[in-house]
Amino acid sequence: MSSHAISNIDRKTFFLREEHHTENGTMLGFWLYLMSDCLIFCSLFAMFALFGHSYAAGPSGKDLFDLELVAVNTGLLLLSSITYGFAMLQMAQGKKSGTLIWLFITLIFGAGFLGIELYEFHHLIHEGAGPQRSAFLSSFFTLVGTHGAHVFFGSIWLVVLMVQVAKRGLTEANCRRLSCLSLFWHFLDVVWIGVFTFVYLMGVL
Amino acid sequence: MIHQSAETTSNFLTGRLTWESVPFHEPILLATFIATALIGLAVFAWITAKGKWGYLWNEWFTSIDHKKIGIMYMVLGFVMLLRGFADAIMMRLQQSMAFGDNMGYLPPHHYDQIFTAHGVIMIFFVAMPFITGLMNFVVPKQIGARDVAFPFLNNFSFWMTTAGAMLVMLSLFIGEFSKTGWLAFPPLSGIDYSPDVGVDYYIWALQIAGVGTTLSGINFMVTIIKMRCPGMTLMKMPVFTWTALCANILIVASFPILTAALVLLSLDRYVGTHFFTNDFGGNPMMYVNLIWIWGHPEVYILILPLFGAFSEIVATFSRKKLFGYTSMVYATVCITILSYLVWLHHFFTMGSGASVNTFFGITTMIISIPTGAKLFNWLFTMYRGRIRFEVPMLWTIGFMLTFTIGGMTGVLLAVPPADFVLHNSLFLIAHFHNVIIGGVVFGTFAAVNYWWPKATGFRLDPFWGKVSFWCWLIGFWVAFTPLYVLGLMGVTRRLSHFEDPSLQIWFQIALVGALIIGCGILANIAQIVVSIRKRDQLRDETGDPWDGRTLEWSSSSPPPAYNFAFTPVVHEQDAWWDMKKNGYVRPTEGFIPIHMPKGTTAGMALAALATISGFGLIWHIWWLAFASFVGMVAYAIYHTFNYDRDFHLSAEEVTAVENARTALLAKAKG
Repeated sequence: MSSHAISNIDRKTFFLREEHHTENGTMLGFWLYLMSDCLIFCSLFAMFALFGHSYAAGPSGKDLFDLELVAVNTGLLLLSSITYGFAMLQMAQGKKSGTLIWLFITLIFGAGFLGIELYEFHHLIHEGAGPQRSAFLSSFFTLVGTHGAHVFFGSIWLVVLMVQVAKRGLTEANCRRLSCLSLFWHFLDVVWIGVFTFVYLMGVL
Repeated sequence: MIHQSAETTSNFLTGRLTWESVPFHEPILLATFIATALIGLAVFAWITAKGKWGYLWNEWFTSIDHKKIGIMYMVLGFVMLLRGFADAIMMRLQQSMAFGDNMGYLPPHHYDQIFTAHGVIMIFFVAMPFITGLMNFVVPKQIGARDVAFPFLNNFSFWMTTAGAMLVMLSLFIGEFSKTGWLAFPPLSGIDYSPDVGVDYYIWALQIAGVGTTLSGINFMVTIIKMRCPGMTLMKMPVFTWTALCANILIVASFPILTAALVLLSLDRYVGTHFFTNDFGGNPMMYVNLIWIWGHPEVYILILPLFGAFSEIVATFSRKKLFGYTSMVYATVCITILSYLVWLHHFFTMGSGASVNTFFGITTMIISIPTGAKLFNWLFTMYRGRIRFEVPMLWTIGFMLTFTIGGMTGVLLAVPPADFVLHNSLFLIAHFHNVIIGGVVFGTFAAVNYWWPKATGFRLDPFWGKVSFWCWLIGFWVAFTPLYVLGLMGVTRRLSHFEDPSLQIWFQIALVGALIIGCGILANIAQIVVSIRKRDQLRDETGDPWDGRTLEWSSSSPPPAYNFAFTPVVHEQDAWWDMKKNGYVRPTEGFIPIHMPKGTTAGMALAALATISGFGLIWHIWWLAFASFVGMVAYAIYHTFNYDRDFHLSAEEVTAVENARTALLAKAKG
């Protein structure tokens, strides 16, 4: 609370003569939003914990999951986090084109992840293991699908920011936005590690 | 009937929506529609005749000034209170006459919609707008800030809340509302038992309003954490700001659970998943758990800010520093944490076993300790104070008596064996109305009477204020004491017809009570109308009509858009009191330009698109839902390309405003 300490101000001073600059709250606000989003994922994980074995005489994770495909997918998403980190490093050095290149590579990885996920969903539904088949599959599709929807909207955001950086450069506002998306992107990575472990690995055990 | 048409017909262009969906055959609804339409037309014509549309649009609808948004929230809450109260009177009337052969005047499917709408409206679109409105108006001024942290988001949150309220109102005239009770428990709210649009109206109204609530929660947390003026450390914050901080922490930490629960319910209804169905491995009790994990914190979201308001009022009108500030803060924080550990007391009868029920019973009883501490703090503040029995103080004392009794019946319900008898009975109904009317509603009226002069520059008329207070207080007890009695006799809630004629007298007494409350509401309206007409007599030129203690009373009434020409510096808990006692001299020159955010139409536009999208989803008009959702995303993106969102209020403009205040203060001194 250093910004609120006033040890150097006279007891009889009741107002500041100059403009008072408070700290920008965007990063804190965005972090709080992520925590609220995290609670949505918590609820969905709780659902999966409850329904993870409610197969209703239908297929189980062991019957359905293709771990090799999921490993590739996980690799793509983890790599996209690293490349986003590279983009942030370029941003910190004020290199606009470097930032844009790494953001573009991140986007490719993100799109690849989404493509594989859609293929997996299509394959499962085609086999008759759609979200309507059992409570297990309902919670599987909802948890993984919600994560996928986040990656999808994150990718749209990524494209928008690339256009804005290209148009206006690495201004203060744009850097703040890139930092927010960076938090978002890494957050999705962390959630995916949970999905990979609890849904896929433990589902196949 | 409606059930069959909903299942059979659905076309591309209008989905499930047909002319049959408009309830021409329901005389009560038709009359309501005509009355609403006439009132709407009259208001529209009046605004047009006065030529005020431009003013409303520029100064209010697109405004991102926290004070104006706060007032708009209060207006929304009050309008919806009238609707929610109309539902209450209809239920009381039905229950007082529907005995034996008399089936009353409401068919069951209509009665079920009314009790659902009453609960949904009172919680989401009356109580929530009231507390959000109060926090909006008061918090930035109490912490010496110019506005909230994210002013645009604040405007957007307001319009999303309004969008939700509009969808609920729309369900009156197009289709129908949910018949499931205010929390829409499955399997009743599932597609098998509620195939029509009622539950869908419920889901999308709450989801859209919920986005607004969550965002405003984040907004206020950041505002309070980051934007306090120099010197205002956490333990020097006014108690109202403390309670607002805790309420907003609860909002951010609980509304996502509601969002998730409603998403899962909609997947069950729209996609055919099996979360809360009885077959294919689903479990309806999981919904009940999720919704109460949100629902219990929700009641503390509502009451905490009003505990804060009562604290400000008691200190001001007792002319004493609040007794036990530190214990008040710790009590608030304890309640915040404990409110997460009690949700299961809403369904002890689920059958989770003695150990689980014991845990939740004990945590529930523990909550009464910090709450009791607060009551003693208020009492000790009044002890040996020079109490002025102004209207806000009357509401506060009425609250202290009423709420304490409501709290005690709550502790009775917290005992699991007792709860097995009283669960879902009218005793429960009496209990929660006892705390919500006695706490949230009384608190809102106390706060409105207290802060109204700050918002408008004139006081509310005390005579009509007292009439309204006594009507509400007496009406409340006449209306709800019979429900306690009936509940103890085992009468359950949500019944539209009774067989036992010996019960009828209690329902008739309850109706009388509701009518007395109705007089209280009329007195509220009279108070506002009379005060506006007599505003010159009630005018306050000092900006500090109650001899207040906190920073909001240091500015003019109504406050300038920028709140403070110079950011205040705080040394004590009651900062404004300290300034008045220790030789503060109001600055009259040397003003500097002030950085201000610009108004925007984006909040309204996005909320309008959200409403249309919700309407499309409710009626299965997929193209409309999809197109308006894409439109929303596109508009939001377009909005981010606008980097030019601020302007500077020049030093000359600030000087002009401040000089006007100097002249006014000189006049007030005479």
